[in-house]
Parts: sequence; C-alpha cells; structure tokens
Amino acid sequence: MKQTIATAAAISSRLIQLSDDVRAACPDPARLVLIGIQRRGVELAQRMAALIAAAHAAPVPLGSLDITVYRDDLSMVAQQPIVHSTNIPFSLDGMHVVLVDDVLHTGRTIRAALDALMDFGRPDIVRLLVLVDRGMRELPIQPDLTGWKLSTKAGQMVRVRVKELDGEDVVELLDGNAN
Amino acid sequence: MAWTKKDLLDLEYLTAEEITTILDTARSFYEVSTRTIKKVPALRGKTVVNLFYEASTRTRASFEIAEKRLSADVLNVNVSVSSVTKGETLLDTVKNLCAYKIDVIVIRHSVSGSPLYLARNIEASVINAGDGAHEHPTQALLDIYTLRERLGELKGRQIAIVGDIAHSRVARSNIWGLTKLGAKVTVVAPPTLVPRDIERMGVAVSHRLDEAIARADAVNMLRIQREREKQTLFPSLREYSKLFGLDEEKIKDLPEGMLVMHPGPINRGVEISGAVADGPHSVILEQVTNGLAVRMAVLFLVAGGTSLHPESLGT
Repeated sequence: MKQTIATAAAISSRLIQLSDDVRAACPDPARLVLIGIQRRGVELAQRMAALIAAAHAAPVPLGSLDITVYRDDLSMVAQQPIVHSTNIPFSLDGMHVVLVDDVLHTGRTIRAALDALMDFGRPDIVRLLVLVDRGMRELPIQPDLTGWKLSTKAGQMVRVRVKELDGEDVVELLDGNAN
Repeated sequence: MAWTKKDLLDLEYLTAEEITTILDTARSFYEVSTRTIKKVPALRGKTVVNLFYEASTRTRASFEIAEKRLSADVLNVNVSVSSVTKGETLLDTVKNLCAYKIDVIVIRHSVSGSPLYLARNIEASVINAGDGAHEHPTQALLDIYTLRERLGELKGRQIAIVGDIAHSRVARSNIWGLTKLGAKVTVVAPPTLVPRDIERMGVAVSHRLDEAIARADAVNMLRIQREREKQTLFPSLREYSKLFGLDEEKIKDLPEGMLVMHPGPINRGVEISGAVADGPHSVILEQVTNGLAVRMAVLFLVAGGTSLHPESLGT
C-alpha cells in the first residue's frame, strides 16, 4: 500500500515556508550555512539555499555531507555501503549551520552527521531541518524545523523522491512489502 | 556496485565494475585529506598490519598514512629484524599476528603469489602491496585513477608503458586494469625487456619510443633497475636512456595534454630527465596524492568484504 503524503506543489510551498523560518531563526545572514546530508538532503538544501539567497540578495554557502564513514553500524553490516562525496569547502568556525535531511527516523544519521561536522570546525550553532519527521527515535535527537510530522509504525517506509535524482517530487508512506 | 571481496590480490581477477567501484570510492575519500582535520572514523577499532619483506619507503608511507586517516590501529612489522631472520615461515609469522585478532594485512613480498597463499589461509583481509614480478594492484589503481581524473573515460585511450616490462609488477597490474576499462595499451622497451607472448594480454608491442608516444594520451615511465645492466639486457644505461628515456627533446612536439607518469622512485637522467619529471606534462606528484585516496578506498572496502577471491576458491 502506498499513500501520498505530499505532492510536488505541497513540497515546493513547504520549502518556501521552511526557508522563511530559517531566515527568521538566523539573526545574522552573513553567518548562515546550509549543509545537506547525502543523498536527498543535498537537493533540498540546494533549493532552500537558492530561495534564501534570493531573499537576501546574497549567496548562501552550501555544503554536502556524506555520513557513511561515521555510521555506528559499519562493523555490523555485511558489506561496506557506498561512500558518496562530502563537499564543505569552507570553515564552519563561528557559523550558524542548518543541517538538512529528507527523513528523520532513528536519529542515528544525525548523530553521525554531528560528529562529521565537528571535523570541519566549531560552528556557533547547529540546527536540524527535516522535510519529514517520522518519529521512532532511538537517540535523543529532535528537529528544530520540520516540514511534515508523521506517526509511523515499524515496517513502514517514508520515501522522499526529488526531481533532480528521481524525476519527480513526492513524499510517500509505504507499507513494508511495497516497493 | 557493492564490493564483496575480503582481499585485494591482483587486478587480473577483478571485473571492470569492481575496479570502478574502488576508483569511485577513492574519489569520495580524496576529500578527507583536504580537510583541516584529516581523519574519519571508518576503520575505528580495526587493526592493520603492514608486513613488508622488501624495502619500501613510498608504498609503505602511503599505506600507513591511509590507515591512520581512516582511524585504524597500525602495526609496522620490520622484517629485517624480526623472527624471519630466525627462520620462521611466512605463514607462521602471519598466524602469530592473526592471534591478536588483526583485521587487515598489507603485504609486500619478493615471492609472487604469497598474498594469495595468505588469503587462502587466514581470515583477515589481505592487500597485495607488490609480490615479486606478479602484481602491484594499488599502484596500478592509482595510475588508472590519475588517468581517469585527467582524461575522463578511458575507453579507446592510448596508454604507453615504457621500460622493464619483463620484471615489472607495476606494468602487469596496469595492463590488466587498463585493458579491462577499454584502454589501448602499448608496451615499449628493447626486445630483451619484453616477455615473449605479451600480446596475449591484449597489448601492442613497440620498440620505438618516439613512435609510441606520438599517438599516446599518456605515457607511464617505469623505473629501470640499475642491476639489469649487469645482466646484459641492454648494452649500457646510457644507450637505454638515449633510446628509451624520456627527455625534453622527445616530448617537445607533443600536445600539451599528453600526460607523463612515473611510479617512482625516479632515476633522473635514466628513464626520465629531470626537466620532464618536473615539467608541465608530469603528473607524478598527483599520482602520489591520488595513491593515498585509492589506498584508503581499498582498505575501507576489503575491511567490509567477506567473499573469497575466485582464484582462492578450491584448494
């Protein structure tokens, strides 16, 4: 079974709203940095950076972060997962970082991302923005800005598709055996 | 494509997809060395042993830095002062190390096939850092990585490998890897330094350096070991250098983008002149930087692998 949570139009207007929230929450635009988590967080961060840059009439530094080598289950998985690229070509010292991901679930990705971020400097503030919070946390981590909040069950899957990678913008809730 | 093998022993038995997986992973790891804090926790809690039975400064340093940047615990076994000199066999030495629950062994040995022999007999991952005249897979992977970064897709590209092809594990690994990715390889050397039937590996043979480099996208200059002179494989180093050494005169008319590579250490004035080694065509130091990323990728991938090498199945 497949249930559509958000259509392309809904995602687009929610991203505009979230971009406004990011601007409101960051008093010093000159220190604002967006970091997208590989893979789909990168595209979402990119779009919001463009929206914020247009509003500020100034570019917003944008980075991408792959957390694979910081995962806490590397020694438990059967084969190594694919390592995507990390690209943060600026120092994070003193910056206001907004970490962007598509789905927040157990919190383990964000734990790894925070570890990784600290290797790039010492930001003044780190905020977490997620398009979908599906609950079921395993670590004490909560988002600061959320697009949709869902209550889900084990075995369900929240799938975010973005047109840059998947050809369409959609958020879906799938049951365990669906594809 | 996911990597499944526990060892990296050669390029002969890897598929083009597996080679590409290593190169793509290396690309992601390249970035780590550009950070202020050049370290990631990928191999935290894993122990890697560098077991070198042959002198090596460059390859060993490269592996050791790669291991440390992945947060592995590293042990360097200095063989010349170890129990080997007391007559212990290779397998006994390694089984003793394995009793400490080590995870990866990086081995260089003068006997071809010793990494394969170890891989069959121990649970830890084995990485071949050069075995006799057989293979030196990580060197070839870093050469291919450098070519790919500079030239893009290697299919149809002309690559010349010049020098002591007969005794070179670097040449052998490069030939396997490059031909799998669709490059056209020409080996260039005096007849005495080219193995009989090398064409069976899918390469062309030339005895004229000027002709071969005129159509090459890149040329890989192998080191000439001075001892070969005594074996009368060529009349003199001076003559070799004149005919097969790369100097400014020979490359002055070649296009700007033609790449000059060398696995090091360089014999300046023998196989390559100082001016060419330091000149605009040279990517020799890029090879070194890329080698680190490639070795990080290999260490990371084999540490998660479980399946055996095809050649190691059976007996």
